[in-house]
Amino acid sequence: MNRARFSDRIALYLLTFSAITVSLVIAAILVFVGKEGLLTFLDVNPIEFFFSPDWNPPAGRFGALPFFVGSVAATAIALLIGAPLGLAGAIFMAKISPGSMRTAMRQASNLFVGIPSVVYGYIGMTTLVPWVRDNLGGQGFGVLVAGVILAIMVLPTILGVSEDAIRSVDVALEEGSLGLGATRWQTIWGVILPAARPRILAGVILAFARAFGETTAVQMVIGNSPTVVRSLTAGTSTLTSQIIMEMGQTPPGSPWNRALFMMAFGLLVVSLIMILLVRWVSNRGVAK
Amino acid sequence: MTRQRMGDRIATALLWAAGILILVILAAFLIRILGQGLPVLDWNFLTSKPRAMAAGGGIGPQLFNTFYITALSLLISLPIGVGAGIYMAEYAKPGRLTELIRLSTEALASVPSIVLGLFGMILFVNGMGWGFTIAGGALALSLLNLPVLVRVTEEAVRAVPQSYREASLGLGATRWQTIAKVILPSALPGILTGVTLVAGRAIGETAILIYTAGVTVSRHFPDPSLMAAGETLAVRIWAVKSEGLVPDADRIAAGTSALLVLVVLVFNFLLAAPLYWYRSRNSR
Repeated sequence: MNRARFSDRIALYLLTFSAITVSLVIAAILVFVGKEGLLTFLDVNPIEFFFSPDWNPPAGRFGALPFFVGSVAATAIALLIGAPLGLAGAIFMAKISPGSMRTAMRQASNLFVGIPSVVYGYIGMTTLVPWVRDNLGGQGFGVLVAGVILAIMVLPTILGVSEDAIRSVDVALEEGSLGLGATRWQTIWGVILPAARPRILAGVILAFARAFGETTAVQMVIGNSPTVVRSLTAGTSTLTSQIIMEMGQTPPGSPWNRALFMMAFGLLVVSLIMILLVRWVSNRGVAK
Repeated sequence: MTRQRMGDRIATALLWAAGILILVILAAFLIRILGQGLPVLDWNFLTSKPRAMAAGGGIGPQLFNTFYITALSLLISLPIGVGAGIYMAEYAKPGRLTELIRLSTEALASVPSIVLGLFGMILFVNGMGWGFTIAGGALALSLLNLPVLVRVTEEAVRAVPQSYREASLGLGATRWQTIAKVILPSALPGILTGVTLVAGRAIGETAILIYTAGVTVSRHFPDPSLMAAGETLAVRIWAVKSEGLVPDADRIAAGTSALLVLVVLVFNFLLAAPLYWYRSRNSR
């Protein structure tokens, strides 16, 4: 075997190894975090963990319900605000905006992606929280501010995916609709959006996954109180915020430490389900 | 005016409003961050050591650690990510293994960063017994970079015209020679865009680093030791605002936020500039 063929062979091995490494990494994450988390149930009843609202680890009570509810509530508010705004922005960019404004919005979207989440949290904490406290009452900290901050953070995902989806709709459909005398809005609403729906939906699911897993920004504005959400402006906590708050003060291997790992495993499972959902939604769109 | 035309007018107005609102939100963010923080930034703030209890500390070590950890994480993830991307674009045949690797890449990209941080903590902080180190932080951070690098490389390699491959293989080059000498140079701009993107994300990351690189810095500055604790700029903001004892936490957080946003602006410019240059060269 000559030298060129030999290096050809070595390269193939190295490249294959790199590719397999990616699979090994995700498998290792599932195994290590999953094992550490599932060990919780040696000491804690799963029914208590998932359904009890009583979180008091020093007293041996490990009800993680408040954090699951908090994560879902903050994410739901984020999508209720972010999805319509992002979709409207995407329709605007794809069909209405003049070119210069479109470029400005693309740049804006890139900047939104680039701003670190801790900076979002800091601005939320110093600007939105006091504003909510003064104008809407309550402590200010809570799911409302967390939801608003998350809505801004998921905007680029929804903008980008939806704009691509709208642009990829066959021009013939649009021209047909306009030719039949429909207005631009009737065409967008009745023809373009239904055709783009599977991919728009995939974008919203990705946004859900991103908001659900966001940590620092949420922790800084949520109030960090381990109680089930009572109002939009009362302190509560999420899976991610509770992990980041308490991980440092728990010894490895203790039930408390493992319960936090179980919450992380919950996050991991949710994010994997979201990825499978995105695949399912996109494939269904292609099959039609 | 008919009802349809009226509806069209209203919808158009609302869509304009959405577009303008998005730009206004961003402008408000930038004005707030830079307005608060730029006055804090001076040479002393950027280069002096932090103080734990007293006002007037700087962010020198954190600034150093931020770029050090980001560079190390790229050093680790770049060969593997680019290698996997080339494999997926050039070698992978449709089948179970390819499907598994593709799913793994997508799954890894969706893992919340706090989970990557905890994984790094199990492995490096407790498992290897390193404690909070720059090495552990960089390794955990490289897991965040990896899936993006794989995807970007695969796309860039796929975009290289088929005729390049055929010409090179037809001249008797091996597959690896074709990849190294022909395909990679053509795919380089795309890969570099991906690297800039990944570096920008790594610089602002917090959740991965808090429990791997830690929230303290070495007593020496600059300290290139891989086994030193490695608080970064973004982690510093989090630490002073959520558990810090320094009296001027707001000054430090505002200044550091402005610095990070400036870095983001520079990275976005670096990302956009080659594309503009490329387009203007090709449109001539």
